[in-house]
Parts: sequence; structure tokens; C-alpha cells
Amino acid sequence: MEHVMNDQILLAHGTGGRLSRALISEYLLQALDNPILRVLDDAATLSLNGRIAFTTDSYVVSPPFFPGGDIGRLAVCGTVNDLAMAGAEPRYLSLSFILEEGFPLDFLKRIVGSIRTAAEEAGVIIVTGDTKVVNRGGADQIFINTAGIGIIPDGIAVSGSAAQIGDKVILSGPIGDHGIAVLTQREGLSFESPVKSDVAPLNRLVAAMIDSAADNLHSLRDPTRGGLATTLNEFAEQSWVGIRIDESTIPVNEAVRAACELLGLDPLYVANEGKLVAVVAPQKASAVLSSLTATEYGSQAAIIGEVVADHPGKVVLRTRLGSSRVIAMLTGELLPRIC
Amino acid sequence: MKFLDEYRDPRVGQELVKKICARSVQGLRLMEFCGGHTVTIMRNGLRQLLSPHVLLLSGPGCPVCVTAHADLDKAIALARQEGTIIATFGDMIKVPGSFGSLQTVRAEGGDIRVVYSAADALSLAAANPGRPVIFLGIGFETTAPTVAASILEAQARGLKNYYVLSLHKICPPVIKAILDAGEINVHGIILPGHVSAVIGSAPYGFLPQKYGIGGVIAGFEPLDILLAVDMLAAQCEQKIPAVEIAYRRGVRPEGNARAQEVMETVFETADASWRGIGVIPRSGLMLRKEFEDFDATAAFSVDTVVSREPAGCLCGDILRGVSTPLDCSLFSSICTPENPVGPCMVSSEGACAAQYQYGACDE
Repeated sequence: MEHVMNDQILLAHGTGGRLSRALISEYLLQALDNPILRVLDDAATLSLNGRIAFTTDSYVVSPPFFPGGDIGRLAVCGTVNDLAMAGAEPRYLSLSFILEEGFPLDFLKRIVGSIRTAAEEAGVIIVTGDTKVVNRGGADQIFINTAGIGIIPDGIAVSGSAAQIGDKVILSGPIGDHGIAVLTQREGLSFESPVKSDVAPLNRLVAAMIDSAADNLHSLRDPTRGGLATTLNEFAEQSWVGIRIDESTIPVNEAVRAACELLGLDPLYVANEGKLVAVVAPQKASAVLSSLTATEYGSQAAIIGEVVADHPGKVVLRTRLGSSRVIAMLTGELLPRIC
Repeated sequence: MKFLDEYRDPRVGQELVKKICARSVQGLRLMEFCGGHTVTIMRNGLRQLLSPHVLLLSGPGCPVCVTAHADLDKAIALARQEGTIIATFGDMIKVPGSFGSLQTVRAEGGDIRVVYSAADALSLAAANPGRPVIFLGIGFETTAPTVAASILEAQARGLKNYYVLSLHKICPPVIKAILDAGEINVHGIILPGHVSAVIGSAPYGFLPQKYGIGGVIAGFEPLDILLAVDMLAAQCEQKIPAVEIAYRRGVRPEGNARAQEVMETVFETADASWRGIGVIPRSGLMLRKEFEDFDATAAFSVDTVVSREPAGCLCGDILRGVSTPLDCSLFSSICTPENPVGPCMVSSEGACAAQYQYGACDE
């Protein structure tokens, strides 16, 4: 078989010819091999029982490598987490690349390595995929799409519209790390920051929570774009309840706080890729919290507030000074302040 | 976080609130000049904590908000020039002009870059020698020295394609203008922290001398604001108005001599038009004659359109402290951060954006 024989992506890698085959076998199959993918037919054939969760997401993060992760780890974790937030056990992922001509092959290799590591960690396998190459300028280096399938255990029906008055709101750990890690890598923001992305698969956290709370687990969501503030607002609107949170209980890492101060950002609105927010019946809140704090990615979990009958559709934060203010959804772009 | 948590300590804050509310002067009306102060006040719910003992009014201290409509239209017209690169702070992009915004010009193919400093704009000019790079110089005395420094550096490096559209404004004249208008009846002013780090405290001497009210320069943390409020309340209690500094870690009475010198080298004062207020004599900064080569106003002539203010928008009244965002019929219905009608809803330091983002739950 012809070898890939070059150090960058060429248009020929996407034509479906020999170079495409070489790319698939050397760069993708070798790392991601499993009996279903290995068949290389047009579609993967799967046998599943039970209620199925199905999701898809595209990843266009710039730059593709950032402290704490890369676009590959993100593409696995993001889709795994979307499934997990439906209460599902993630099983199978698809993986599609759109590569810009000239993209370095060793970068691709690193990214595929991250995909493998993240998939192993989450316990999912890649069962089908696709690779396209576009002209230089037709895409920004590398875009990835993943779709995922998971199985929802019997009796579990988590939903953003299932929050009930009296429920507790639990956050799995400190917020803002991913957004700050990526933002500080962007061109034009030349300051050094020790912040690493929190990108991580959360399905094991969810499994632990379901074990301890079963149907007392009402709502689950990962606060990605728009941050914690936006997720809480979605719950309040969908369930038409009020949510009250306490500023002093929300964990934020020192370095993230410092970067947010510098950039004029509010950590409540900064993206996360390895955190979840759960709304849990009050009698199970401490059990869920303990199950979370026993996991690697939930060790700093905390109860940050509760669901109330007042101000339906709104999220109200009690400040450290004892006053209250409404937390609105994210509006517009996150822009640093100017003076 | 070191050097920040100290200024956010909830116990100290609650003590200060108690102290202020226990003072004998009641119904104190204070204006916080600066948009940064408005954000801190809203974000920490300070209005609510101090009510009804102290009423805080937002002032005109948001550089984007006070940019006159005609100046904004000029910036947009410059952005439409073939081959031009506009470098600007992000907040300006979404402010609607009479016809479109910089954002719409960008969507039509205009080359508009968001920068974080004038130095970044200068780097853009160096990297694009064949194209004019125009920096939109928005800001008060805080920003003006850095822009002045960029012009001096452009001159030293012989850059011929770097221009500044100077819309800079200075603070003391607008405070006078608002007090002269007599529309607001305030007992004191919370004076800007960063502006005063440059100009010092002396330029505010007119407050006690001419108007018989005090002014306290404040930092941007909740305790900074509460301390300034308490100092103003104490002045009122003792009936000794004065200019004081509650932001000693940032501001010296004499200001920053080096920054003042750079600013004075490059700029001279000129009449400037403020949104909602009108032309205020000697309240703006224009490039001196010897720096004409860097002056976008001198270098480019653009067709000026007849500016039209959006109907129903109260930004002008809000900037004068006459109205609050909640008085505006457009607020949060027609005018939102996604679809702003006026600049106070666009800028992160605008009173409407702060009200929208951080409104207290009882409002």
C-alpha cells in the first residue's frame, strides 16, 4: 500500500483514492481500531436495546491546541457529555474531519491520539467516520464533527424542564477554565496564564449520580458556551421556576479569577467543557454531592443554590455583600473592557 | 485573590453599609461619574444595600456612550473607504450610527479589527505598510496617554500609514457642564479612579469652590465605592465639601506626570460634542498641528451624512443623570444587548447594559 509520504495534508488526501486510503489506515484506523470500524463499509451496523439518546456537534475551536487539551479531546468529550446530560450511557461515536490543505500531518496524528485517549477514558468507540480536505482558506486548519449514540437506563428522565421547587442545584467544580485557557491563546491577547482547559468526559460522574439518586435527579446540563449563568437561566425558563444561587459557594480557580479580572469578564459566563450542573431533589442532594466528590472530575463539587417558587424564569444571585441581583443570559460577544 | 479580596470582604462591606446608613444625613443623592463604577455598583447590588439612605445616579463616564452620533457616523464612513483598516476597541463595533454600524460595514466587507490597545493598532500599521490603518481614539484621560505614546512611536519609527481619529474627551469639563445645567441636584460626586490616576485630584477643585459639593475619587471594587460613599456622607454631615481620594493605592494627588506630559505633547484641548449633552468647550482632545500627519481628520475627507438620533432612545438623558435606564420605554423591550438602539446598551460600561445584565431582583 502507498504510504502517506508527506508531512502535510494535500487535496489528494480527500479524493477517495490511494492517498485517502493511506491516510485512513495509517492515521485513523491504527489509533482507533475496533471490530466495527475495521469493516470500513459505508455504514456501521450496531445492535442496541432500550431508549436511545442521539446527538451531534461540530468543533471549530481556534487554536486547535490549547493548554489542557486539543480539538480532538474536545470533539470526544463534547459529544460524550451531551449524551451523558440526557442521562444516557454513551456507547458509539462517529468522527468526521474537515481538513484544510496544508494542515501538518503530525498535528493530525496528535489530535487522533487525543481522540483515542479520550474515547478510552469515556468508554466509547468510534464506529464510523469521514475525511474531507478543502482548499487552503476553505476551513481554519481543522474542523471535526462527532455524533454519538447512548442508552438511557430505565426510569431515568432528566430534562431541563424537570426542575421542581425545593430542589438543590449542584455544580461539579470550578468554572471558567476552558474559556480562559482558549481565550488566552488567541492572537492579540499576549499574556501568559497557567489556566488549563477542564475538557473531560463526564459520563462517569453522571453514572455515579444516577446510582445515588435514580429518578431524584431532575435536570442535568454541561455549562459550555454561555457558561453557568446561561445554563441556570435555561433551567429556570424551561421549568418555569426561580433559581437562587449564592455567590460565595461557586468555586472559581484563582488563576481564572485573575484572568477574568484582567479581561473584564465574569466567570459565570465563561465556557466550561468538563463541568455539569445538576438539579436534584433535596433529600438526595447530599448523597449526590458525595458521589460526585468521590470522582476525579467532581472532587470540588458544591451545592450552589436551590429552586424556588419566587421569580419564575429568573436566576437570582445573592452576592457576598448580601444583596441580590438577577443573573441574565449571556448577551453578545465576550469582549474585554476598554477602559 | 491577593490585592482584590481585601477590597471585596463582605464583613467589612456590611460594616460600611451600616455606618453609612447610620449617618445623620438622609436621602443623600450622589452621582457615580464612571461607567466602571456603575458596573461595580450593579454587580454587587450596592444601590439596593444603600437604599433609601443614599441614591446613586449614573453619570456620563462611559467613553463609547458619550461619542456623538456625528462622530460615530464619521468613523463608519472612514471604515467604508476602500483599502482602509479600522482598528478599534470591541465595544465600538456594535454601536448603531445613523446608517448602520461598524459591524454592518464589516459584514459588507470592510476591514475592521478589534484591538486591545493603541500599541496593537500600531503593530497592524507596521504589518500592512501599503494600507492606511485608522485607530478610533475613544476614551478619557485614561486612554489618551497610551494613544499619544503610539503616535510618538509611529513618528519615531517613521510609519506613514498610521492615523488616529481622536474622539478623546476629558472629564472635568463635562462634570461642570452637568452641574451648570442644573438638572440634577446632587450632594457629591464619586470621581473616576483611572482618569484620576493620570490627572490627580487638583482638577476637581471647582467642585467645593464653585458648587459647594464634595468629590471623592474611588477605585472599582465594592469596598472602594462604599468607602467613597461614606466619605461623601461624612462631608455632608460635617458640611465641609472637599476633594478627597478613597483610592490611594491607585491615585496620587499630583497624578501621573509622565502620562500628562505625553498627552500634552501630542494633544491640545478642543471643543467636543457629547451625546445627549451637546458641545462642551475645551472638553475634547485633538492632535496638535505638528502631528497632523497622523490625524485621520486632516488626512481623509469623508462625506458627512446628516446624523439622526434613534427615536425614543433616552441615552442622552441617562448620560446626564436625568433619567435611568428603567425610565426608557425601549429598555429591554426594543433595546437589548443583542439589538441595541443606543450606545448605553452596547458598551460594557453603559448604564443600560449594566442594568440589563445586573438588574436587582426587586426592580
